[in-house]
Amino acid sequence: MENKSKLSILTNGIIKENPVLVLLIGTCPALAVSTSLLNALGMGVAATAVLICSNIVISMLRKVIPDKVRIPCYIVVIAGFVTVVQFVLQAYAPELNKALGVFIPLIVVNCIILGRAEAFANKNTIVDSALDGIGMGLGFTLALALMGAIREFLGTGGLLGYTIIPGFSIGFFNLPPGGFFVYGILIAVLMKATHGKALKAKSFSCGVCPMYNSCNLAEANEEIAAEKAAVSQKGAEA
Amino acid sequence: MVNLIVIFMSIVFVNNFVLSQFLGICSFLGVSNKMSSAVGMGSAVVFVMVIAEAVTWPIQQLLNKFDMGYLQTVVFILVIAALVQFVEMFMKKYLPALQKALGIFLPLITTNCAILGATINAITFGYSFAESMIYSFGAGVGYMIAMILFAGVREEKLYNEEGVPAAFKGVPLILVSAAIMSLSFMGFAGMFQ
Repeated sequence: MENKSKLSILTNGIIKENPVLVLLIGTCPALAVSTSLLNALGMGVAATAVLICSNIVISMLRKVIPDKVRIPCYIVVIAGFVTVVQFVLQAYAPELNKALGVFIPLIVVNCIILGRAEAFANKNTIVDSALDGIGMGLGFTLALALMGAIREFLGTGGLLGYTIIPGFSIGFFNLPPGGFFVYGILIAVLMKATHGKALKAKSFSCGVCPMYNSCNLAEANEEIAAEKAAVSQKGAEA
Repeated sequence: MVNLIVIFMSIVFVNNFVLSQFLGICSFLGVSNKMSSAVGMGSAVVFVMVIAEAVTWPIQQLLNKFDMGYLQTVVFILVIAALVQFVEMFMKKYLPALQKALGIFLPLITTNCAILGATINAITFGYSFAESMIYSFGAGVGYMIAMILFAGVREEKLYNEEGVPAAFKGVPLILVSAAIMSLSFMGFAGMFQ
């Protein structure tokens, strides 16, 4: 990690490891709030703010936090910042707060934030962690904004509340299925454009989860694989 | 009583947690590749969701009493994390059979947004204790139904990637299938309000 330039840390999250489009994490908020461009931007900014602050604090505390209880510690730090963001939104943007609803407190369990704490802030200096937070946050915001813009334009025929094509609207894109559909098409376009090289995660599986290594499911899967191998070996011997 | 039935039916079908509210998508797409794991994960979610609701609802009343409702997010996630650990330990000691079936899914559930979402929603909607218990049970059942249906689709022999354009193989195909399933659930809209 030492020889990585500051710029590459920053741009890593935006393009090469875009959390939503390449790593396929943070899908819940991406699908839920991308009904309009404004909601998508609001969610992106809120999550970015939490991500940067939690990355900095966790990086500062990385030598203090005992390894065994690190996940609960991260959760407390993140939950604290989420509460701050909640207060700010309630005070200055009550309408946005209402539109995003339960997804603001749910930033706590957003895989991107916990994942970056575990994978990056835990091992890197404060400046690098802050840059990583900015990059990952921007990547998340851009992906959300792209989906929000597509869904709002096709769903209402306008952007940010202004009508562009009067009378044009395909209601499907404002509904939940439209979210899955637009996300699927976006990934297909990305794969076509890069000949399938862009996507880091080949499929939705537990492997894409940032908590994979600290989760029992990984061990269980290995056990099952080992059992299967033993059974097939026995079969071969017989 | 009618009220409780309406809450239950509405959260299972009309406002299905996965397919119309997008809560718990990561695990929905990740664990639905095999029917056995879909059933295990679904039952674990129902189980934890009901217990979490039973614990967090009284805690919220306590917080409100001391005028500290704003601590909701911090307290809930910690309570859920501790609860999952406790349930796992309890099952290991006293219910080893259940632990074998559900145990591996439990740690995954701590960071599952469906659990935290259900507990926070029940408070936001101002439900009574009975109502929030039914709400969270229904949310879990809805999650399980969506999960089992989708695992059924993905295990079906007709679901294969032959003839699918190269760019759509894998992830996009799963997402478009989920879109079609979500579309079919839209048919329930307006049934219960």
